[in-house]
Amino acid sequence: MEKNKIETGLSSDAKKEPRRVVFVTKKTSAKVVGERGPQLMTFPHLLIREAIAFQVLVIAMVIVALVWDAPLERLANPLLTPNPAKAPWYFLGLQELLHFFPPFVAGILIPTLVVVALIFIPYFNVNIEGRALWAYHPAQHLRTILIVALMLLALLAGFHAWTIFVPTALLATLLVISYTGRQARKGWLGSLGSKPLSWWIMTWFIAVAVCLTAVGTFFRGPGWSWVWPWGTYAG
Amino acid sequence: MASCFQSALHNLRETKVWKSVFRRGPANTNRTRSLAIFGNLFLHWMPVKVREKSLRVRASYYLGSISFILFIVLFVTGILLMFYYHPAAPNAYRDMKDLQFVVANGVFLRNLHRLAAHLMVFAVFWHMFHVFYRGGYKPPHEFNWVVGVVLLLLTLFLSYTGYLLPWDQLAFWAVTVGTNIISAMPFIGHKVRFLLLGGNIVGENALLRFYVLHVVILPLAAFVLIGIHFWRVQKDGGLTVKPKDEDGKE
Repeated sequence: MEKNKIETGLSSDAKKEPRRVVFVTKKTSAKVVGERGPQLMTFPHLLIREAIAFQVLVIAMVIVALVWDAPLERLANPLLTPNPAKAPWYFLGLQELLHFFPPFVAGILIPTLVVVALIFIPYFNVNIEGRALWAYHPAQHLRTILIVALMLLALLAGFHAWTIFVPTALLATLLVISYTGRQARKGWLGSLGSKPLSWWIMTWFIAVAVCLTAVGTFFRGPGWSWVWPWGTYAG
Repeated sequence: MASCFQSALHNLRETKVWKSVFRRGPANTNRTRSLAIFGNLFLHWMPVKVREKSLRVRASYYLGSISFILFIVLFVTGILLMFYYHPAAPNAYRDMKDLQFVVANGVFLRNLHRLAAHLMVFAVFWHMFHVFYRGGYKPPHEFNWVVGVVLLLLTLFLSYTGYLLPWDQLAFWAVTVGTNIISAMPFIGHKVRFLLLGGNIVGENALLRFYVLHVVILPLAAFVLIGIHFWRVQKDGGLTVKPKDEDGKE
């Protein structure tokens, strides 16, 4: 059989340029992946788990959907304002914030800052190894954090923002406890003492968000006054 | 019985038709198991192998998968609900009543959609916090974290736009309260609110806009970003496995 006479351009015209094989940046240490460990085939090991998760979840949801009816109130009426008028539960933390701070701060500034902070989390590149807060200069760190925490608490008390004050105070207390017990190696005290600063900030944020949302959902009645969820009010 | 079924299945997989559809025979070797992933359009973004540790429940609680499963459930129930829904006032409310009293299993359909929606908001939040505590945002996963944050916002907007659609008192006032906050934005607040509502109050235009956002724009955006999110998990080297997982406990 005759050979193909048409020459491909690859060998004849190929430009000889240096080819970059690897690009080494200054900070590569963090990207080094450790031992990959034993591996399993995605098919079937991962797929079977996904399938089971799908089935269990759907079955559970069907059962709940059979017994728990979605609420349907009367036709929308712009002239009849319910008291209190509440947003969906995931925005009730914001609505609770609006009770304490001016609309621009509670409704625009704080949510924007939260979203920006969330987006920038991976780009801070601080303490990528997750060193414990008390690993270096513990007394100095404690002093700085306590000053910040006390100033924050004073500010919150000034605005009567007790829904934020309480979880903040709680977290500050936990922080001090973890400082005094930082030598502990085991138990919950030991694990608390090994947490980095980022852990404390995120946990504080979640505690405040959960507290705000729970209070907004269950403890607010007419005129955004405090009510007990087991009490009844003529709404 | 079981073995009979198994051999029947095996024979089926050896047939020409099966092979023409799936581009492979039975997945009984690692080669064909790999083919099952990258030879399938719907699975090809997945890695062929996964670390054993990343399959453990504690590694993820399957929260990402659960969020996606809820999205699929919402997609299916949402399309079924669209058959019975008119985005107009007060027809929208009448459609809710129809679901309740006329449509077979209408209430069940609406219950399932609503339940999955609330669960999805919850699951996505939990997913994000869990990823944070696992350090899953660290290099090289930075960008996928950002995609995740955008997906969280999309989930919230999807849920919120859907909240108005029943057009009852609950929906109307929840959206009125929420959109009033936008007015607090300096300079452009009222304009943004007008754009979103198609007017100065929550009315028929707002219902139509929220409907279009809810059934077309936001799901489409979510679908694209979910695709990127999944694909990047693989490209960035899989789930974050902490050194502590070595001994199987945290």
